[in-house]
Amino acid sequence: MTNVVTLKINDRDVSGRDDETILEIARQNAIFIPTLCHLDGLGDIGACRLCLVEIKGNNKLLPACVVVVQEGMEILTDSPRLAEYRQMIVQMLFAEGNHVCSVCVSNGHCELQDMAHTVQIDHIDLAYQYPKREVDASHNLFSLDRNRCILCTRCVRVCDEIEGVHTWDLMGRGIQSQVIIDMNQPWGTSDTCTSCGKCVQVCPTGALFEKGKAVAEMTKNPAFLPYLVSMRESKKSP
Amino acid sequence: MNTEELHQIAIDEQTRQRQYKHRLFVCMGTGCLAAHSDQVKQSLEAEVERRELKGQCQIASGGCQGLCVAGPMVTVEPQGTLYQHVQPQDAAEVIETLDQSPIERLQDRTTESFFQRQTKVVLNLAGRVDPERIEDYIAADGYSALLKALTEMTPAEVIEQITASGLRGRGGAGYPAGLKWSTVGKARSEHKYVICNGDEGDPGAFMDRSVMEDYPHRIIEGMAIAAYAVGADNGYIYVRAEYPLAVKRLGLAIRQAQKHGLLGNNIGGTSFNFHLEIRMGAGAFVCGEETALIASIEGGRGVPRPRPPYPAASGVFGQPTLINNVETFANVAQIIARGSDWFTGIGTEKSKGTKIFALTGKINNSGLIEVPMGITLREIIYDIGGGIPNDRSFKAVQTGGPSGGCMPTEYLDIVVDYESLQKAGSHMGSGGMIVMDETSCMVDVAKYFMEFCMTESCGKCVPCRVGTAQMYDLLNKITHGEATLDDLAMLEKLCGMVRATSLCGLGQGAPIPVLSTLRYFRDEYLAHIVDKHCPAGVCNITAAERTTA
Ligand SMILES: Cc1cc2nc3c(=O)[nH]c(=O)nc-3n(C[C@H](O)[C@H](O)[C@H](O)COP(=O)(O)O)c2cc1C
Ligand code: SF4
Ligand code: FES
Repeated sequence: MTNVVTLKINDRDVSGRDDETILEIARQNAIFIPTLCHLDGLGDIGACRLCLVEIKGNNKLLPACVVVVQEGMEILTDSPRLAEYRQMIVQMLFAEGNHVCSVCVSNGHCELQDMAHTVQIDHIDLAYQYPKREVDASHNLFSLDRNRCILCTRCVRVCDEIEGVHTWDLMGRGIQSQVIIDMNQPWGTSDTCTSCGKCVQVCPTGALFEKGKAVAEMTKNPAFLPYLVSMRESKKSP
Repeated sequence: MNTEELHQIAIDEQTRQRQYKHRLFVCMGTGCLAAHSDQVKQSLEAEVERRELKGQCQIASGGCQGLCVAGPMVTVEPQGTLYQHVQPQDAAEVIETLDQSPIERLQDRTTESFFQRQTKVVLNLAGRVDPERIEDYIAADGYSALLKALTEMTPAEVIEQITASGLRGRGGAGYPAGLKWSTVGKARSEHKYVICNGDEGDPGAFMDRSVMEDYPHRIIEGMAIAAYAVGADNGYIYVRAEYPLAVKRLGLAIRQAQKHGLLGNNIGGTSFNFHLEIRMGAGAFVCGEETALIASIEGGRGVPRPRPPYPAASGVFGQPTLINNVETFANVAQIIARGSDWFTGIGTEKSKGTKIFALTGKINNSGLIEVPMGITLREIIYDIGGGIPNDRSFKAVQTGGPSGGCMPTEYLDIVVDYESLQKAGSHMGSGGMIVMDETSCMVDVAKYFMEFCMTESCGKCVPCRVGTAQMYDLLNKITHGEATLDDLAMLEKLCGMVRATSLCGLGQGAPIPVLSTLRYFRDEYLAHIVDKHCPAGVCNITAAERTTA
């Protein structure tokens, strides 16, 4: 059984159900919290840490995308400390991969790029890692460029949770982590992939794209997801 | 099996043991085995055979004595003589002199204080029970606490005892065991689970390994008591696959306990059921983190997930789950058997009982020790550890593994308990204790731990995945004499950020070795950066680099 609760976000009184996340309540009230790994319609994992918020009386920062609201919570979604951490997270993502916007299919339609604007960074203080990463162009419709992957695992989740296939997964640890297809094989040889293209649509950067797209031509539309999910739910409960 | 039957086994076994005039226990721990203690045992057996002493003299396997460098070790009962560095060719002399005074040559007086200053609770049967025989454990009162709990106590009373004992988790965080048990107990669910965390991945740590190898039944008994207390019917022991001996002995112990009706259905003739299985980890440090461990048991990739919900509310397969460390469970049976008052008599106000440490580094007696909470670092290092070798001087001691801190000389007299170690910028951790002398470079030490965290990071969250690599690169630059003061500022900034924003304890703890060495040994960092010089002479800063810098 769920209860309704009242709480404060940035000193504003708001209400919610106790099974809703801080992020959901904030959005209902037009309060902005930056997110990257979160995507409406997918299960949340709390991995990018951009949505961290401060909660009064708790010395730990908590991810708004997974933490549910409680009666009397006092939440702060922005502070000098949070702003600095968010800038560093985005910088880390840029330094970690090989992001060359000028030659990227997603230039101008990239969530990572947008996030850089949102958190206001115009240069990277961290050392670029210049990793050697592989490109997979073996699928006849789509390509994967791991140089642009930020490991948000949206592709892994949409394939598993929505398409029900689990073609995508992760391999390796730490900075060596990478997304893989089936048992780490070329995408074109996958016998689980249904070529539905959901992974491409949910990918926030130009890591997954349709073949034939030139620089800045790849726009994505993940908005079908919440719609799909709610249609399925309504089918389940008569 | 009921209490009388258990008692009968104990009596039979004790009678059997009393038939022997002498009982010799050859250590079969990993350390002694590596020194071929199995061959020592064989030649002792052959010698007994040859002299036709079989009925009077028993040659048995025993557990680790802690001072592994002095192995193979043999304990002679009833005298309690401890022989060190025993070789197969010593067998004849050992058996020959059983009724005479002990062989001087095989004893080492300098290590006496190693044994005398310890307080053994978890390891109290060290060397005197055969880990592979349930009868040995039962003869030493084993499983009586379980039957006592099942027949004389309600689950609530068991939790009360554990709460009153003040037992805290030995896996690192020191969370009160009683509180965790009562939370799981209160959770409403048809099925609950109990998990023993035996993943022990800290570099150089072997506390839990030793407990699992030597006291498999003590862990099973503790888990069964816990299961009864919280209302669980299934359990897992999660052991890393790198501990084959622990896996073997735990497996054997589970089968023996099942055979004796101490695991399975209707335990002790009551309505209590508890089924226990082993799960093996595949060598990922992060799988010791409880939510990653649970994901691994469920068959998934071992990565942590945000808490809450805590395992107590939603653990394995979404069911309420009690997860405790090996050493935590190993304390349980004795608390129930002897009462919480006995346990609170050991330790300090907020930290009760004993703690096992793996004492290593620049120290004379390195090995496994169990000390009462409240002992000072100085007593551990100088009395038990026998001080620093080669007339060098003490520089720092590191506790808490890859998320722990280094404490300098000023802290030698602080007492070892959860609070004071934390105040000193370190923490208890699971029991790693590394002693460093003047030849250790603190920047290099910090770099070592950062490298560990970087390679063990699961890669799920950005701050830990990228931050540990960035911090490692900066530390590497410093140790190569290539860093600037700006790099140091960035390192400190990253430390604060990664600590505050990482998802799990691995990332949150990764900056601590850097922060603590910066707190006490900042001058060493500056020497590398400004003077391009490593005071300890560890880092290889070449003259060429010095002139170009
Ligand atoms: C990266 C990481 C590694 C850990 N490794 C272990 C381990 O090897 N053994 C262990 O008992 N606890 C380990 N822990 C702590 C567990 O998450 C958990 O707190 C503990 O098992 C609870 O048992 P306790 O309350 O008895 O200490 C680890 C935690 C983290 C964050
Ligand atoms: S802190 Fe490190 S180990 Fe923990 S979830 Fe994040 S990446 Fe994984
Ligand atoms: S959106 Fe919450 S952690 Fe990524």
